[in-house]
Amino acid sequence: MKNNKDPILSLHNITKSFGSVVANDSIYFDLYPQEIQVLLGENGAGKSTLMKILYGMYQADQGEILINQQKVVIQDPNDALRLGIGMVHQHFMLVPVMTVTENLMLGDEKTKGNAFGKLSKLDRETVRQEIIALGNKYGLQVNPDAVVEDLSVGEAQRVEILKVLYKGADILILDEPTAVLTPQETSELFEIMRSLIKQGKSIIFITHKLKEVLAVADRIAVLRNGKVVGHTTPAESSIEELALLMVGREVLLTATKGQSHPGKVVLNIKDLSIKSKSEVMVVKNFSLQLRAGEIYGIAGVQGNGQSELIEAITGLMQPHSGHIIILNKDVTHSSPRQITLVGTAHVPEDRQKHGLVLGFSVATNLVLQTYYLPPFSNGWVIYPEKVEENADEKIDEFDIRTPSRDALVSNLSGGNQQKVIIARELSRPINLLIINQPTRGLDVGSIEYIHKRIIEARDKGVAVLLVSAELDEILSLSDRIGVMYAGELVAEMDAKGANREQLGLYMTGSKKEKMLKENINQ
Amino acid sequence: MTSILLVSLMSLAIIKAAPLIYGALCGLMSERSGVVNIGIEGMMLTGAFMAFMGSALFSKWTGGVFNPNVSLVVGLLVGIISAALVAGLHAILSIHYKIDQVISGTVINLLAVGLTNYVANAYIDPTHLSGVGVFPVWKIPLLSKIPILGPIFFEHQPMIYLMFALVLFLQYAIFNTPWGLRLRSVGEYPQAADSVGINVIKTRYLNVILGGALAGLGGAIMVLESVGRFQKLMTSGRGFIALAVMIFGRWSPIGAFGAAILFGFSEALGVRLQFGDINHLYALVVVAALAVILTSIVWGINRLRNRSTKGKSPFLIGGIFTLGLTILYLANQVEFPKVSVPIEFLGLLPYVLTIIVLTGLVKRAVGPAAVGKPYEKQ
Ligand SMILES: Nc1ncnc2c1ncn2[C@@H]1O[C@H](COP(=O)(O)OP(=O)(O)OP(=O)(O)O)[C@@H](O)[C@H]1O
Ligand SMILES: [Mg+2]
Repeated sequence: MKNNKDPILSLHNITKSFGSVVANDSIYFDLYPQEIQVLLGENGAGKSTLMKILYGMYQADQGEILINQQKVVIQDPNDALRLGIGMVHQHFMLVPVMTVTENLMLGDEKTKGNAFGKLSKLDRETVRQEIIALGNKYGLQVNPDAVVEDLSVGEAQRVEILKVLYKGADILILDEPTAVLTPQETSELFEIMRSLIKQGKSIIFITHKLKEVLAVADRIAVLRNGKVVGHTTPAESSIEELALLMVGREVLLTATKGQSHPGKVVLNIKDLSIKSKSEVMVVKNFSLQLRAGEIYGIAGVQGNGQSELIEAITGLMQPHSGHIIILNKDVTHSSPRQITLVGTAHVPEDRQKHGLVLGFSVATNLVLQTYYLPPFSNGWVIYPEKVEENADEKIDEFDIRTPSRDALVSNLSGGNQQKVIIARELSRPINLLIINQPTRGLDVGSIEYIHKRIIEARDKGVAVLLVSAELDEILSLSDRIGVMYAGELVAEMDAKGANREQLGLYMTGSKKEKMLKENINQ
Repeated sequence: MTSILLVSLMSLAIIKAAPLIYGALCGLMSERSGVVNIGIEGMMLTGAFMAFMGSALFSKWTGGVFNPNVSLVVGLLVGIISAALVAGLHAILSIHYKIDQVISGTVINLLAVGLTNYVANAYIDPTHLSGVGVFPVWKIPLLSKIPILGPIFFEHQPMIYLMFALVLFLQYAIFNTPWGLRLRSVGEYPQAADSVGINVIKTRYLNVILGGALAGLGGAIMVLESVGRFQKLMTSGRGFIALAVMIFGRWSPIGAFGAAILFGFSEALGVRLQFGDINHLYALVVVAALAVILTSIVWGINRLRNRSTKGKSPFLIGGIFTLGLTILYLANQVEFPKVSVPIEFLGLLPYVLTIIVLTGLVKRAVGPAAVGKPYEKQ
């Protein structure tokens, strides 16, 4: 049905370089009316760049854009919006302190009369009504008066989509909207997308999750190294084929690992309670024993206390009560550096905020934990040649794709930023690895690599505490699994007996293991 | 204190607060758009200096053909425009060249002090250039007849009324117009503003420069409505207090107004104390009590506004409030010994109050999220 129509959007021969990096290399791309086309590709393949060109945030070096067979020039987002193109960005583009209504008005404000130009009175009430009407039409209910910073990630995502619709877009670009959504929120999003299609919209959808691709796509375009390397449809394809097309080699989609051999207790958490900044108890009486050579996966819907738990263990946050003991040393009130020095490695949830110094080079970021120790320093000065040597080694060993060791880490793609952190944390002698959302936003190739590294660490006798919102990740990596709900450990089980459905029940709080306490304190 | 005294103190408080309010409005326009402005002091000094030069030279060159008020208005415009130009320099340095905004502001302050001192030494002093007086007081008909409020609010010189109008207008405009919405978005999350087609750079330039014009008014008012001539370093730190006023007022014009009135009041009190008809010790104790009461009130408001368990406990707030009232009551019962505190010490009062209030209250104030960060299109 789609093929007998003309494309609503065509990109012809689009090329875009950043310095020596060719992000888009003569790309041809068609979008047909009322289809969901998935744009698939490795980290750094050039997906976001292509979409930003379409949305007027970047200018292509060459090539042209056609809307309904008409050549158009898109200089800035205003042009794009006028042409009916709207984009939901990889990172939220909402002003946190403003209400939903204000965020939707921004840039194209409705006013009561227009006598004073930009100083006329904002017509919030009309926009409120419009938001409610629009929400009902597309099944996107949001409270127009809510302040954005109070919204959950899923709600904020809905606001982003509503914003694009409110601005009158017919072509919607969704750049990795599901990277931060819970499975529940993701399926809601898909419902919304299907209803949008029925009502005449067309969608370009970017994701790294291959299951989602098969679930929602009408057609699939695959990008690699800035080039389109293939088109396919879910019917003609499978997860394995998509991975192959994307990465250009076979990818192991589930990690393979041998039997675990748990040793002595490395991390012992006793009755830990944590209060959030707003004085709410977010972790309650949490106890856990983690042994050398095992991977303990903490499953749970985001926001059930996992982040705070990790911050407390790594010394970034002070717990309210309870004890954290690493290798018989009580580190409950120790500083992050002291905790690092007992052999703890931390791969944080927010890699850009807590994992890297974005304005520093790759080489410097690789020694953030060790710069003050030999061989990098004698305590007074840093030896740059040692730092550089180390960087070259790690870039090679961990296959970090970067223009050079001196490139700013902010210019690397998300996957490669994550590899910098992993390389830094795993190349020290460690006993405990704490790793939170290790593969968020990463492509299948990078995921495979990082999983392999985590399992290697375990086999060397490191105790691994893994937090992930991805059930698949938890199930394929963990030896034991605990589920957090509302700040409590509501279940603990051997990974062998675990399955998605059962975990899902615990995660949503509909089931709770009564005997848990005794199990742990045996 | 008798009510006559209080009325005259309040009226004086408004006059003393006016330059601070103008300065704070400058700061908040700039910071709301995402540009730190510690150059308010320099902009005010420039405004004061140029307002004087403008009015004095205009009057001299035209040889007194015009009414002195015309010269004053000319001076006012010159002051506004010059300060706006200085703000333009700050904008270029910090927005275009992405220089650290604190350093750029410091440069502005040093530059203003150097230049105005130089011209004052080299030209004003030797030529005995004299001012053309000050704007007359306009009593607003009818309104000034209202008991108590009339003399406090409606017996002022014109730039005070202008200040009232600007506070109300900006309060409205920042929160209720497209211009204000864009201004705030650019200071909070410029990427988001950019993604809906708002020109971040232009918005920042515009508002930093408009802010400069307001600082110019703040400097000009000291010359044109108070002293009548330029004195070296005459802003004497008011630009920095204005910054504190802006923070204390949580980056809102009405808030800044309230905060500035507090500082104005203590400054007025300092002035009043020098007349010698109030017992100094008594006054100090009363001010301390007022500060304590005010602190507890603001805590209370914060708590109510959050509608949650956040903030200080009600017992603490109540306790401190009662403590303040008790001190106030006792102060009126006790006969204070007659000691006379040195005038210099009384001059400290506004600053001491600043410190007390700032440490007590401002911890929780958060400014615009993107303030101080130059905008880079990725
Ligand atoms: N502003 C920029 N300056 C320099 N290089 C850039 C810039 N933006 C992107 N790049 C580079 O262009 C390439 C494509 O980046 P892009 O963000 O389009 O990738 P992507 O496919 O969206 O990846 P991801 O899945 O990680 O989001 C990368 O090599 C990246 O480092
Ligand atoms: Mg991307």
